[in-house]
Amino acid sequence: MSVSTAQHQRPSLLGSDVSRFWNLVFTLAVTDFKLKYYGSVLGYVWTLARPFLFFGVIYFVFTEIVGLDKNVPNYGVYILFALVLFQFFGEVTGNCLGSLVARESMLRKMRFPRLVIPLSVVLTALFNLGMTLIAVFIFAIASGVTPTWGWLELPVIIVLLTIFASGCGLVLSALFVRYRDVQPIWDVTSQVLFYASPILYVATMVPESYQRAYLANPISALLTEMRHAVVDPTARPVWDAIGGAERLLVPGGIVVAVFLLGLWVFTREAPRIAENL
Amino acid sequence: MSVAAPNQGAEPSAPLAAPEPAVSVSALSKHFKLPHQHYSTLKERALHPRRSRSYDMLHAVDEVDFEVAPGEFFGIVGRNGSGKSTLLKCLAGIYEADQGHTIVRGRLSPFIELGVGFNPDLTARDNVIINAIMLGLTRKEARERFDEIIAFAELEEFLDLKLKNYSSGMSVRLAFSVAIQVDADVLLVDEVLAVGDVAFQHKCFQEFHRLKDEGKTIIFVTHDMSAVERFCDRALLMERGRMVSIDAPHVIARAYNELNFGRIAPAGVADRFGDHRAAEIKDAWFENLAGERINAHPQGEPFRMCMEVAFHGTVERPTFLMALRNDVRHTIFATSTDLQDQDTGTYQAGETAVIRVQAENWLVPGRYELTPSVARDPAGEDPLDLREDLADVMIHGSKQSGAVVEIPHSLEVERR
Repeated sequence: MSVSTAQHQRPSLLGSDVSRFWNLVFTLAVTDFKLKYYGSVLGYVWTLARPFLFFGVIYFVFTEIVGLDKNVPNYGVYILFALVLFQFFGEVTGNCLGSLVARESMLRKMRFPRLVIPLSVVLTALFNLGMTLIAVFIFAIASGVTPTWGWLELPVIIVLLTIFASGCGLVLSALFVRYRDVQPIWDVTSQVLFYASPILYVATMVPESYQRAYLANPISALLTEMRHAVVDPTARPVWDAIGGAERLLVPGGIVVAVFLLGLWVFTREAPRIAENL
Repeated sequence: MSVAAPNQGAEPSAPLAAPEPAVSVSALSKHFKLPHQHYSTLKERALHPRRSRSYDMLHAVDEVDFEVAPGEFFGIVGRNGSGKSTLLKCLAGIYEADQGHTIVRGRLSPFIELGVGFNPDLTARDNVIINAIMLGLTRKEARERFDEIIAFAELEEFLDLKLKNYSSGMSVRLAFSVAIQVDADVLLVDEVLAVGDVAFQHKCFQEFHRLKDEGKTIIFVTHDMSAVERFCDRALLMERGRMVSIDAPHVIARAYNELNFGRIAPAGVADRFGDHRAAEIKDAWFENLAGERINAHPQGEPFRMCMEVAFHGTVERPTFLMALRNDVRHTIFATSTDLQDQDTGTYQAGETAVIRVQAENWLVPGRYELTPSVARDPAGEDPLDLREDLADVMIHGSKQSGAVVEIPHSLEVERR
């Protein structure tokens, strides 16, 4: 504070003070995490109950009735991982969407970098994912999946998924401030994504002719790679399934493009968020 | 800030060598578009792409310029909707200005209101830490100052109570205690004084004085004119987004009161009695002892009530009367030439009389109206002319006893 600094006042995206930025993101995320099961008796158990109960139903239906588990080693473990990862994607995007509107009073009465709010949502979802994955790994080992070096790929997959989800979340949160029908649109879109991604089935069941187009969906590509790396090393890795490593540029490009689009839309809207709320 | 640390404190309002202003605002404007029909769904936008283009422009803040010196207390006043909060939000960087710019030297407090981000489901302890972090403290600093904050708020016993179980006064106390921990050179405050009980307000005021002594710059928005007169070095009056004036607090307080009360009761519509053929009341006014007409007057200072009567016929020994009513329309003072045993003599057509009543000012702050009359009979029952509420005056000051008048008195306490 020895030099007098003159600053022009305008709402900012990132702010000039990096440590305050991360302090805020972290504080909001931790608070949300704490409050999530506030007043519930079982608390953390509910974080696990949702994916596991859903998993139980799906597993029963698809193995006992539909019989999708033929030729798919560790089918149960696969759908559990896939479900948990998709649920993470859904949590980030769904919660980002309403986040700015929910924090209206803060946005209108306090100066802080606007990006803090969606990022804190992402961070909360990451906490939840971390907690859930502990249980999922225990389940995987109990089901007879042997740990391999491939498991180390999982953090990379999660990082890519987080980038993709954050990009979607940024677009959604900024648009929702202006257009409230972003919500129902996204509800339907995420349903479509759920069935268009290999969650209940595995990607190799998709007919060969569609396979390339199918794997252009970043979620499909990431889950296919997850299957190879974590659940079943004998399954085809994603570069093989998509027909050549260079084709990975398509889902990869989509991830990067969506993230940049998110940043662009959010940056454009950030200065006016408070008054449009 | 680079300015020599503890300000001398004596006269922060008049910076001699004019140091660089802590805040300077030039030609700041902020408009809001108010669409005639609000379209907020995509379908509506797609179906009516053109129709939504029509809107009204609301000039919430229009070409405002001012500078605030370091260590100054600067008030922004104005009626509801005059744009003062929008101005504050532009200063704070919450809204983006459409034109003009604001330069702030030094650190600016991020809040404009107390208790932003307080969560009712968390305990006071958690909320204090979160709020302090939002203010810009690190987690470590927040923990270190925690005890101090709680001690100031006097809420040691309620630390682990959830905030939703707090009374509103308690949570305001907590919020204020956190807010004063901020390490800012420039504080922006929106209507803080409107809340809290008398004891808390007193504490706030003390804290304001301390901040002032430390040389911090405070810009605050308020409706409370006594607070403006008490704390501000200067104040800015806004009306419909425009700057009306920047002046000393008591001048602004008077202008604000005129703006407020001037609108409510437009002059000239009051009742009139008598045929005013023989004698007509031309005018009535209040003036100070220097003989200048006044609309507002400080509490405690003597003033005069005056009337001017023109005669159109011969009237023998007319009685001149004046009555003063307060804003709840109680007549709190009345006098007449008859009561004062004044022989008024005989007036001929064409003559004019000016009557002045000088009085000690025992009035409490508020608005007063003067009803002058002239009558043939001593009791004023049969008026030649009576004009109700012809003139008014605003008495301003900060002593609010709650009584009808302020009788000069001495007070003594004797211990036995």
